[in-house]
Amino acid sequence: MARTVLQQADIARALTRVSHEILESNRGADDLVILGIPTRGVLLAERIGELIGGIEPGSDPAGMVGALDITMYRDDLAKHPTRTPQPTQVPRQGIDGKTVVLVDDVLYSGRTIRAALDALNDLGRPRAVRLAVLVDRGHRDLPIRADFVGKNLPTSRAERINVRLSGLDATEEVTIEG
Amino acid sequence: MRHLLSTRDLRRDEAVRILDIAEDMADVQNREVKKLPTLRGKTVVNLFFEDSTRTRISFEAAAKRLSADVINFSAKGSSVSKGESLKDTAQTLAAMGADGVVIRHHASGAPQVLAQSDWIDAGVVNAGDGTHEHPTQALLDAFTMRRRLHGTASRGRALDGVRVVIVGDILHSRVARSNLWLLETLGAELTFVAPATLVPVGAETWPASVGFDLDAALAEVRPDVLMMLRIQSERMHAAYFPNAREYARQWGLDDERMAALRPDTIVMHPGPMNRGLEISSGAADSAQSTVLEQVANGVSIRMAVLYLLLSGEREALS
Repeated sequence: MARTVLQQADIARALTRVSHEILESNRGADDLVILGIPTRGVLLAERIGELIGGIEPGSDPAGMVGALDITMYRDDLAKHPTRTPQPTQVPRQGIDGKTVVLVDDVLYSGRTIRAALDALNDLGRPRAVRLAVLVDRGHRDLPIRADFVGKNLPTSRAERINVRLSGLDATEEVTIEG
Repeated sequence: MRHLLSTRDLRRDEAVRILDIAEDMADVQNREVKKLPTLRGKTVVNLFFEDSTRTRISFEAAAKRLSADVINFSAKGSSVSKGESLKDTAQTLAAMGADGVVIRHHASGAPQVLAQSDWIDAGVVNAGDGTHEHPTQALLDAFTMRRRLHGTASRGRALDGVRVVIVGDILHSRVARSNLWLLETLGAELTFVAPATLVPVGAETWPASVGFDLDAALAEVRPDVLMMLRIQSERMHAAYFPNAREYARQWGLDDERMAALRPDTIVMHPGPMNRGLEISSGAADSAQSTVLEQVANGVSIRMAVLYLLLSGEREALS
């Protein structure tokens, strides 16, 4: 039975707070690049970009948001049927010397983020890399933690977290199953 | 996908998926670090029983950019010249742990034999077999067309309604055959033009129209894409046309025919070109020509194919 843990308004509030936290830690929107990890991370990155554009006058949300596909850097490619990669789009200004904020929907084992760090390494040399996630469900396999968390959600490994976002899904909610 | 042997067995969604993945691979070619770690620890053998420079280098570059180890094997200077059979060669490669085999062979069907045998459990890519097929060439041609016609909006699209004219040696051309099936699958309208002596028996059953007069075909079709095939002198054991000058005048893309084309018609050639024979230098070096794009796109397409064949869990033997 699926239980809703975040509703649309909760998600909006969490993203607004995360956007403020990003701006606070970066001391403004200068040299900020926000890269979403497909599929839902890209949508979240776009929303955070828009929110930052609303908070910081003079910032250019379209010029700071992009997508970072990590398919080719995964460590489990040989254990699944072949995955189809998604496009990587880096803002024109590049990532050299910037503060890159990676955005994903759920932080679990940390392996996706490990792959994202490797992918980032091949794109350039950012000044710093931060991590923003909508949900942190624990159970890390690697020494990785998020800097900005929408919601900490203690789970068991048997449970399943579903993030649905309007734009990709019919509803907007985070549910827990199992 | 377990093997890539022919474009004839490719479904439309599979073909579009290869082209879409090649878009991602092409993006990687524009980065400073052009390498991906995806096939680390995999071994790809380029098994070439027939001379080839660009296809072999293209596959080698593709495999290396995906971090695979590449072993090049050419029949010359190998045990094949001492009489080793394909079976023994394949079993030797299997014993060395090859995960993928890229094979070019002078016999049509050799890649199928290798793929269907139990000699080696590796993904097989046909890189040209006899006068049968050359699937990665057709895929890179389709990719080049799609990029020229749809630009950045290419992803997910096929080639519906695109009018393509392919001119030259249809009889010996595996590029023509692979293009025939792939373009049919992707929804393009194909016309072949060739001297009657260079049209194979059975061409009337193909899903393409066949003509003998280039000027008439160009005037009637007004093509989006004009592809000139190479006159393969190494396969010309009989007199298929009186002489080279006659061929150039009747079926070559000279400056005059070039000027009569629509200004947005793209001109393709799989290379290597015989300048002055099937294509004039003016046409080959014009802005409408995609010859060098085809070479660059070849690496992206081959990366996509190697990725699809070698990265995932090995599919069960079908």
